[in-house]
Amino acid sequence: MRLWSRLRSWSRANMGRSRMESEMDAELTFHMDAYANDLVRSGVPREEAMRRARLEFGGIERAKEECRDATGVTFVESIAQDIRYGLRMLRKSPSFAVASVATLALAIGANTVAFAALNALILRPVNLPDPQSLYVVEHPDGWGYQSYPNYLDIRDRNRSFAGLATDNISQAALDTGQNPSREFLFEASGNYFDVLGIQPYLGRLFHASDEAGPNSAPYIVLTYNFWQSRFQGDPHVIGRTVLLDKHPFTIIGVTQPGFQGTLSFFPGTFYVPIVNEQQIEGGDSLLNVRGSHWISEEIGHLKSGVTLAQAIADLNSIGSWLKNTYPKEVGETTFRLGQGALGGDLIGGPTKAFLAALMLLAGMILLAACANLGSLFAARAADRSRELALRLALGASRIRILRQLFTEAILISLIGGAVGLSGSVMLLQQLGTWRPFPQFPFNISLHPDVNVYVVALLLSLASGFLFGAIPVRQVLHADPYEIVKSGSLARVGGRITARDILLGAQIAICAVLVTSSFVAVRGLMRSLHSNFGFDPQSVMLVDTDLNMAGYKPDAQPIMQKRMIEAMQAIPGVQSVGLVGQYPPLHMGWNEQNVFTDQTANLKPSNAAASVIWYGVSPKYFPAAGTTLLSGRAFTWQDDKTAPRLAVVNQYFARKVFGSVPNALGRYFKLRDGERIQVVGVAENGKYTANLTEEQKAAAFFPILQTPFSETWLVVRSSRDPQQLAREIRNQLRGLDSGLPAYIDTWSQDMNGALFASRMAAMSLGVLGVIGALLSITGIFGMAAYAVSRRKRDLGIRIALGAQRREVLQAALGRAVKLLAFGSGAGLLLGILASRVLASIVYQATPRDPLVLAGVVLAMALVGLVATWIPAQRALSIDPVMLLREE
Amino acid sequence: MDKQLELLQGTLDMLILKAVSLGPLHGYGILLRIQQISKDRLEIQQGSLYPALYRLEHQGWITSECGESENNRKARFYRLTSPGKRRLQVETEKWNRMSEVIVGILGARSEEA
Repeated sequence: MRLWSRLRSWSRANMGRSRMESEMDAELTFHMDAYANDLVRSGVPREEAMRRARLEFGGIERAKEECRDATGVTFVESIAQDIRYGLRMLRKSPSFAVASVATLALAIGANTVAFAALNALILRPVNLPDPQSLYVVEHPDGWGYQSYPNYLDIRDRNRSFAGLATDNISQAALDTGQNPSREFLFEASGNYFDVLGIQPYLGRLFHASDEAGPNSAPYIVLTYNFWQSRFQGDPHVIGRTVLLDKHPFTIIGVTQPGFQGTLSFFPGTFYVPIVNEQQIEGGDSLLNVRGSHWISEEIGHLKSGVTLAQAIADLNSIGSWLKNTYPKEVGETTFRLGQGALGGDLIGGPTKAFLAALMLLAGMILLAACANLGSLFAARAADRSRELALRLALGASRIRILRQLFTEAILISLIGGAVGLSGSVMLLQQLGTWRPFPQFPFNISLHPDVNVYVVALLLSLASGFLFGAIPVRQVLHADPYEIVKSGSLARVGGRITARDILLGAQIAICAVLVTSSFVAVRGLMRSLHSNFGFDPQSVMLVDTDLNMAGYKPDAQPIMQKRMIEAMQAIPGVQSVGLVGQYPPLHMGWNEQNVFTDQTANLKPSNAAASVIWYGVSPKYFPAAGTTLLSGRAFTWQDDKTAPRLAVVNQYFARKVFGSVPNALGRYFKLRDGERIQVVGVAENGKYTANLTEEQKAAAFFPILQTPFSETWLVVRSSRDPQQLAREIRNQLRGLDSGLPAYIDTWSQDMNGALFASRMAAMSLGVLGVIGALLSITGIFGMAAYAVSRRKRDLGIRIALGAQRREVLQAALGRAVKLLAFGSGAGLLLGILASRVLASIVYQATPRDPLVLAGVVLAMALVGLVATWIPAQRALSIDPVMLLREE
Repeated sequence: MDKQLELLQGTLDMLILKAVSLGPLHGYGILLRIQQISKDRLEIQQGSLYPALYRLEHQGWITSECGESENNRKARFYRLTSPGKRRLQVETEKWNRMSEVIVGILGARSEEA
């Protein structure tokens, strides 16, 4: 009530400014008229009455001013005055204004981008109904992979979920009557849409009641976006039959526009019932194979009142039930529950760590920028000491002067914030259209929302107050009398001031950033040239899936052989191999347990090793550039009728057989009891999509004994990649024009695996550059200020015959000293902080002479650039001119 | 006529609240009402009345609206709000206690006597 009336009177006073003035005039006139009338009535002549009325009223203007004060008008007016004055001051010193706005724009921009990423990937809830109770089931290592029979048991036996759906990302050739194209799709359980609470936009969605055994539900549900992009929003698409890997499927519906699937970085395309997976995946149906973990996500809403701990305990009891009931297929099984649109913790975990680090570094940049601006502002306050002292002496209150200084700081911070924000919004839009992996519909949508704008505004205001507060003490303790007398607020030379410490700290922070960016970039460079166990240079990968073109399993090896021969026929091709499914260091890989030959009970806990495995053609090893350490590779005679063989890597040989020579000719067992003889040992390498992985065991099987429908041709040739790709495509078209293929260099393909390192190196590189820029502006500000303050002193020195070196030392000695100390401290801190980096960036080590030399050189360069202009100015001081001026 | 008393500092607000508590008044009316009740024994700076009115309105103790004066001229009429009413009560009690204490102190006699 009181607040309301205050607001009312305040807003009336400010909004209808002229109305209030006229009302006030009318009221006071009415008063005096009424008084005069009363006087006339008591017999005073009118003229005399008017005079007395005015006289007795007292100062009209003063009364008015007091009225305005009472309603808070003057406050607003004086703020407006401050703003106008502040803008005028900034216009008067444009270099100061530009330097400080640019500094802050960089810092706010960096923070906005970092926060927008954090906001879009972590903070913003999944765009699904009721996201708070939505959880994904995952294993302690963060993976969600599960077998279909296990999923059914978990779905039916748990008492915690209101419903549990599952889905798996796959690829298929979609043929709508023209050219078949390769598309990503989702195989989803019948209850998928009902569990997530998704409604149809057109037609109907599929339900649990549609499932009646393998391949019983050949239906397609399109997402709204896919319907728009692939079918141009044609409403007649409902009921239409299309071919998926040559199998007829009927389009039955389109989901509501907002639905984009459960993963923020992998937008949903279209959905088919998971019971039809065999038609998509080819081969044998996996619906009844308990040992094959292929479905990638189990998701559902927890029942209300069920706590996370209860749900996990519930799932774990199902896990031990599964282990006891199916000891051959199911090992130790425990669960975790994850949340968010990053597919649980597997991607979410590192992403969170990365974003937290990014926020931290961006925060440091902001602090450095504030320190930078703080010292600039302090220097300015000192420069303006005479003006401030005059105002103090003329009776301005210190509060009013501080408010003026703060207004300037806030002005700078808001302008800088606006510039930084608009820059970062543009950058974010660029990032939104960026496809880090060309083959995948991966999309990092970081479009900023209200949260981002609010955070940017708050950060700007906070930093404005922060650096605006730095000169406060200086102003509060200023003695106008002394200043007017001596003409200066700041002492020259002498002891270490708060400003020196600020600048030193800022340089240290920037040196940390520069150091970590050097470490990251150098780590990335090394990891790009490290030994992967194969040589990705001059190799094209050709990814095809024969299922998509309708090849039956029997026909696939024949076609694969023909593809290899066709590649070999291309002039300039040195060797051609084939690997399935997934080449090393790809976004996907296969892993299974192996057992020693002596193991009788093949339960998971008895496994000798967990092995990454591949099916490869005879020429794979030379084509991939993988060295065979001993033994032999395969031949086309190693087929289904021959005894089963494998080439293992060195680590496998050591781990299972003790040594490399020991391994040759020996046997190991697979989960199904099959005995495999080791005929060769290959060098170690990197296999999973993670360069920082610890060494893993790997096994290569003859592709004829372990067939794959999806394979990668490994074509080694030193020819130009684009030309080569064209010829490869021509050759494939000659073999089968209906077979979709991805052709890319191996280095490009590996970008997926290097994504984390590249992102880290890129972000750190940018932050390092920003850090260096901040150091430059900071040192420049201080050096330029020092020179201008000591002009007279320097002039006298020059007049007395000081050498250039002495002048420079007097002018810039302190700045250089600060730079040296700050850089040293920052380098040390950076080396300590880089330990953290090593976990993200492969081969990141700060104990690298190149890194150390690079940082020292970079900081020296920073110093040189920053002090160049002030040094020139110091040297060009003309004592005669100076003395004349004074 | 007795010499007019100068208003004690801070008491004008209270008097205004009291004056408008008896019914809506315009500024000049408030002046008249106070002088009438005080039987012309208080001297009020006419110019200081309006800043006080604006302040009281800003604080929400009183509110104003346009109306017509006795001789059909437009004028702003002030009225007590309910928070204003409470405020007046509090102020009155405070004043009474204060004057009691002051009177007590000033009326004290020497104990030795």
